[in-house]
Amino acid sequence: MRYDIIETRWHGRGGQGAITAAKIVAEAAFRTGYSGVVMAPTFGTERRGAPVFTSLKFAGTKIYDLSPITEPDMVIVLDHLLIEEVDVAAGLKPGGLIVINSPKAPEAYSFPGMRVATADVTNIALTGGLPPGIVNTGIIGAFGKAAGLMTIDSLCEAIEAEFAGKNGRKNADVARTTYEHTRVGDV
Amino acid sequence: MHIIESGNVAAALGVQLAEAAVIAAYPITPQTPLTEKLSELVDAGEMKAQYIPVESEHSALAVCIAASSTGSRTFTATSANGLLYMTEQLNWAAGARLPIVMCVVNRGIGAPWTVWNDHQDAVSQRDTGWIQLYACDHQQIVDSVIKAFALAETVSIPVMVCYDGYILSHTYMPFELPDPEQVRTFLPDFSPQYALDPLCPKNLNTVTLPDIRPDIRNETAPGYMEIRHNLHTDMRKSLGILEDIEKRFETVFGRGGDPFIEPYRTDDAQYVAICMGSLSYHLRDVIDKLREEGVSVGVAGLRVYRPFPDKAVAEAFSGKKGLIVFEKALSYGYQGAMFADIKAALYGCSDRPFVKNYILGLGGREIKTTELAGALRDSCHPGSESADASEWIGLKM
Repeated sequence: MRYDIIETRWHGRGGQGAITAAKIVAEAAFRTGYSGVVMAPTFGTERRGAPVFTSLKFAGTKIYDLSPITEPDMVIVLDHLLIEEVDVAAGLKPGGLIVINSPKAPEAYSFPGMRVATADVTNIALTGGLPPGIVNTGIIGAFGKAAGLMTIDSLCEAIEAEFAGKNGRKNADVARTTYEHTRVGDV
Repeated sequence: MHIIESGNVAAALGVQLAEAAVIAAYPITPQTPLTEKLSELVDAGEMKAQYIPVESEHSALAVCIAASSTGSRTFTATSANGLLYMTEQLNWAAGARLPIVMCVVNRGIGAPWTVWNDHQDAVSQRDTGWIQLYACDHQQIVDSVIKAFALAETVSIPVMVCYDGYILSHTYMPFELPDPEQVRTFLPDFSPQYALDPLCPKNLNTVTLPDIRPDIRNETAPGYMEIRHNLHTDMRKSLGILEDIEKRFETVFGRGGDPFIEPYRTDDAQYVAICMGSLSYHLRDVIDKLREEGVSVGVAGLRVYRPFPDKAVAEAFSGKKGLIVFEKALSYGYQGAMFADIKAALYGCSDRPFVKNYILGLGGREIKTTELAGALRDSCHPGSESADASEWIGLKM
């Protein structure tokens, strides 16, 4: 476990569930032993479909600085088309990680000095029986594989705790399948 | 049990644990999801309370005043212009000595419209006769709500629990959810000193003459001035009561601290930064960094603004070289209101520090760690005390 603050930024569209995804990861991080967890949604007026982001910080000790993340260690992108609209890599630390829901391979992206991981979450989720466009649980599997900070089991447990009944299992299975199909590129 | 939730949910769960019996709220902007959560809890039967949605914040507090007058434990919440719309009723609730608890989710006030955080809303209501507590994180929010009911009902004065809009209200973090049985031990049922009862009709707070006079039982009734003097005296006494409540809370729940000033690395510091709300926690990281550079500085969070803990302030900072007051509010035409209050509290100290004022973060302007560090580097040395006017951080003009 790392003891410095790990800063992650989650890019999605209003209504896509980026906040829920970050909240689930926050739960898993806390259960893993990161006692400092802070998840802060975009402060302001969110509209459905518009680009939004959520920040999630976690650390081995309580986090006192609640100011917005400016230099994330990792960014997670729930929709690869956002890359054309938003500078998702803004402020990303050198050697940082970009996890993208994309049908393309990591090599298809050019983020010099950064590590790119991709998974076709949209398709995996659909095949796994989730309604079209629900990618916020699958992306957690991709994050789990690429970041390597928490086990997929603890992430899946947090997913099942978030959703009641059968839905939880279905979402967790999608995350697990995504985990297995995530491709992580080199720096 | 630790849970991860937003500051608004922390507040709502505190109200649920305190078993408030009547909640009245205006549900639209600038309201926050706090009251939405309460309405869900009541609707689901997880909370036995009357939830009364009303058409304005003025009405919300009017309903609370009526309900509290009948002896019910009563709660409401608001922000920004909603709080200002309550002003007349705020003064009434305090004058009527009703132990209402209200969360104020601190936001800037219009014009122009803003929904983002600063402290102008609550600070501008400083003189309404309400006790004002400020929270720094979710643990303090949930704990303060429970303590606020104990305090309000002990001193018969309404209490605002203030916490930063968005920075705390919409941010998720882990906190320990108090055990319901322990809350019942700490906070017994509300037993009002007087209560309206249809079987025994009474007039409350009728026109009160300038001078004292005999009442219908031929007993001397206090005049307006005596009633107001009592409010003030009890407000001052509530500092001691707050201290007792904090100790009792610590005995029951095993956590607590100084109810007036929450210090961080101040003991051996020559200079101290002081502010209210989550900013004092943010400053802790800045202090750590500056200590590494050899700057002798600590930070103190002011947890109660009214009644003002003047003796605690004088004791804590007498002998320091400098006190740097960071404020998210301003008394237009003069300086930060807290800055003026702190200077007044230190006036009687023979060995008093210089006091400096920074205004920042108005209307949600981002407060950068680098700017805080810069301001403290500029302030933490002899000779930086000359500035009497307030300086602004993060101003782009």
